[in-house]
Amino acid sequence: MLRKSAQRIYLFLIFLFLYLPIVVLIVLSFNNSKSKVLWGGFTLDWYKKLFSNSAIMEAFSTTVFISLASAVIATLLGTLAALGIDAMKKRGQAVMLGATNIPLLNADIVTGISMMLLFVRFTRLGISTVLIAHITFNIPYVILNVLPKLKQSSRTAYEAALDLGAAPLYAFRKIIWPQILPGVLSGFLMAMTMSLDDFSVTYFTKGAGINTLSTMIYTEMRKGIRPEMYALSTLLFLIALILLLFMNFGPTARKEARP
Amino acid sequence: MRNLKRQLLAGPYILWMAGFILLPVLMILYYAFTATGGNFTFLNVSSITFSVHLKALVLSLKLGLICTVICLALSYPLAMILNSMKAKSQGFIVFIFILPMWMNFMLRILAWRMLLSNNGIINSLLGTFGLPGIDILNTPTAVVFCMVYDFLPFMILPIYNAMSRIQPDIIEAARDLGAGSLIIFFKIIVPLTMSGVVSGIIMVFVPALTSFAVSDLLGGGKVLLIGNVIEQAFMQEYNWNLGSGLSFVLMIFVIASMALMNSRGDENGTGVW
Amino acid sequence: MSKKLIDLTHISKSFDGQMILDDLNLYIRENEFLTLLGPSGCGKTTTLRIIGGFETPDQGSVMFDGRDITNLPPNQRQLNTVFQKYALFPHMSIAENIAFGLKIRKKSKTYIDDKIKYALRLVNLEGFEKRSIESLSGGQQQRIAIARAIVNEPKVLLLDEPLGALDLKLRQDMQYELIRLKNELGITFVYVTHDQEEALTMSDTIVVMNQGYIQQIGTPQDIYNEPVNAFVADFIGESNIINGLMLKDRLVQILDVKFSCVDEGFGCNVPVDVVIRPEDVELVSPEQGMLEGHVVSLIFKGVHWETEVLSNGFEWLVHTTQMHPVGAHVGIRVDPFNIQIMNKPESNDEKAVESHA
Repeated sequence: MLRKSAQRIYLFLIFLFLYLPIVVLIVLSFNNSKSKVLWGGFTLDWYKKLFSNSAIMEAFSTTVFISLASAVIATLLGTLAALGIDAMKKRGQAVMLGATNIPLLNADIVTGISMMLLFVRFTRLGISTVLIAHITFNIPYVILNVLPKLKQSSRTAYEAALDLGAAPLYAFRKIIWPQILPGVLSGFLMAMTMSLDDFSVTYFTKGAGINTLSTMIYTEMRKGIRPEMYALSTLLFLIALILLLFMNFGPTARKEARP
Repeated sequence: MRNLKRQLLAGPYILWMAGFILLPVLMILYYAFTATGGNFTFLNVSSITFSVHLKALVLSLKLGLICTVICLALSYPLAMILNSMKAKSQGFIVFIFILPMWMNFMLRILAWRMLLSNNGIINSLLGTFGLPGIDILNTPTAVVFCMVYDFLPFMILPIYNAMSRIQPDIIEAARDLGAGSLIIFFKIIVPLTMSGVVSGIIMVFVPALTSFAVSDLLGGGKVLLIGNVIEQAFMQEYNWNLGSGLSFVLMIFVIASMALMNSRGDENGTGVW
Repeated sequence: MSKKLIDLTHISKSFDGQMILDDLNLYIRENEFLTLLGPSGCGKTTTLRIIGGFETPDQGSVMFDGRDITNLPPNQRQLNTVFQKYALFPHMSIAENIAFGLKIRKKSKTYIDDKIKYALRLVNLEGFEKRSIESLSGGQQQRIAIARAIVNEPKVLLLDEPLGALDLKLRQDMQYELIRLKNELGITFVYVTHDQEEALTMSDTIVVMNQGYIQQIGTPQDIYNEPVNAFVADFIGESNIINGLMLKDRLVQILDVKFSCVDEGFGCNVPVDVVIRPEDVELVSPEQGMLEGHVVSLIFKGVHWETEVLSNGFEWLVHTTQMHPVGAHVGIRVDPFNIQIMNKPESNDEKAVESHA
């Protein structure tokens, strides 16, 4: 019993550590006072200010565009790549997977700087360079989600379909595709969240005047904290919560069988 | 033949990687080993020995190490507790502990800056209890605090995953053979979760070592990490050669720390998802 | 008879409100090969886990050698378990796996080395010390699991469906291995299985369980020849189980025909289950039989023909050495002493004798 309650207390303390900052942000976003401590009554003013702040709204739409577009393109390239890698021999697969891990393991700052050097040399920094950079670090997440599904998918079922007279493309559409679809979807969602969250790579690859929410908050924070930011945090937390709930408990959730 | 055709599907990805991963890294190497005029030089790389740079690197290593140790110390018991819970509630509880990881990185920093500021919540709480306020904003302590907050889930997740893969009958077998809790912990659980610990350490240490945003925003310009030195070289001094040279050194440290850890963990140690 | 080593009295256990064991009483003698036999969910594994100390009973007590061990943790019990899926330690070599228990008991290095050699020889895997667990086949892993348990010289070895994951041929080989091991080591084996053939081959005593209750305890011969109820009869080997009416002592009516039998004491005009083994049914010419019927199916099984005969609305399963083609008109004859009469169970939770036969 003592052990159980000690465990409970420990869980609670870590929980507090993780959620206290978020809760404080959310509460302050409704606080009718500029104070960080005193409660001045309930208000939605900061949300109104947030929505009428054209710089923040522009950063918001840029962020949504970048994350959606990069996730779509990365899902396309990544799924094709996974199909190709799956067809390779053991050694080819090992090389490809090793290469795929590089952007995952490399430091964000190095990834960002290296791409900035390339872009500045051959083109100009703008929104397209941010998009390319995001696609680049998103593809591995798609591959790592699709490939296991491909490995699990039954090769004999595909061969049986061919045996029954299906053309390869038809057999793929009817047999393989339904089996890897959950992996493709979770890869897409993961790519989108990664893109939403990114700061470092965007920071180095964006052109002047272009901002995602991350870089925007960074610049703003160096000047000081304004309460609109609390409202923005609350909204972003809600978005992340919904995305993650969908990923974990939605139709694409990986059902892990525990003995 | 058909197999070969299918392999070609990876073609666009291979081209993409060559263009946007390989080529950029080559660019860093090029700038790192040339002077402004384009002549070969070691100066950019060797400038890590300048006392400012060296101090930043040592501080980065130190803070990264402290952050990793704290994360490990907090996560391991947590993973054990999570793993011991009923399977039904486990998924949801783990979800709760992972969720903050998905909130925007910048906003997490914002939250801590607000909590730790002089007229912030923590100090006013201390004040109501008549305790002296703490003035840790703009110190390395604040940076470590926020880094632990940022990277803790990256440690929890792989350790928890490794732990949940241990079959319960392995533990029962050990008990059956006479092992008490301590022996089970050190001889069975720790070795079998080593792979998770290794990937957790890599996933916390590398971003902590290379971060520049946290120290910038919570260090108030007083905590200079190697990431800040590199960022300033590029964005303020426009000295790409120096920045690339220092980035090269940083890459070496990242690769070395991974190699060191991977040699201690087993093959499937990396990869969390 | 040797003395009682383990004594389970009035054991009850439920999980999440579901009753798994209900007032179970069972003792195990020293040096016995005792098998807990039953379908999945009958409570046999739970019984074994209570003996091993992995579960604590809600009620009742476990005595070991005269000492109450009901609440003793598994690491302090003088018995060892061979797990269903082997549960070998994947991060240790074979020698380290076997040495695990001995190191905990702080045995000397030479003692441990000798024991490892001895145990590997016993399970026919000499020279495997340095090999890794993954390099072994399922059967070899099983042998290591046994070696790991027996080096600790337990008084009792608990085996939880240890052969379940092996293929048929290997399973039969391992059955003989286990009997040999049991004889060489001279310790008590408590064995759990759902495979009746395994139970009949290896055991001194079989405990047939169903739905948390012990149905019958006895030697393999007892259980096979004298099943106490229809469940046991059906579970052990194949049987014809027919509704019958006990007219009086030594006379039973089956399918509207009177058969003489050897059972007494059921009363007059009492409904009963009649159990007849397929090898005890004789197919004769129609005029010689007590019943007449037609062969409806015929399968060659090697040592015998499996024939199904439809007679008076019942499909008889018959094992014969002679071939009777499908459609043949045959007679059915059963010797009185091959007819088993059983009381109808009062409910699904049929409770049966709980005493050692």
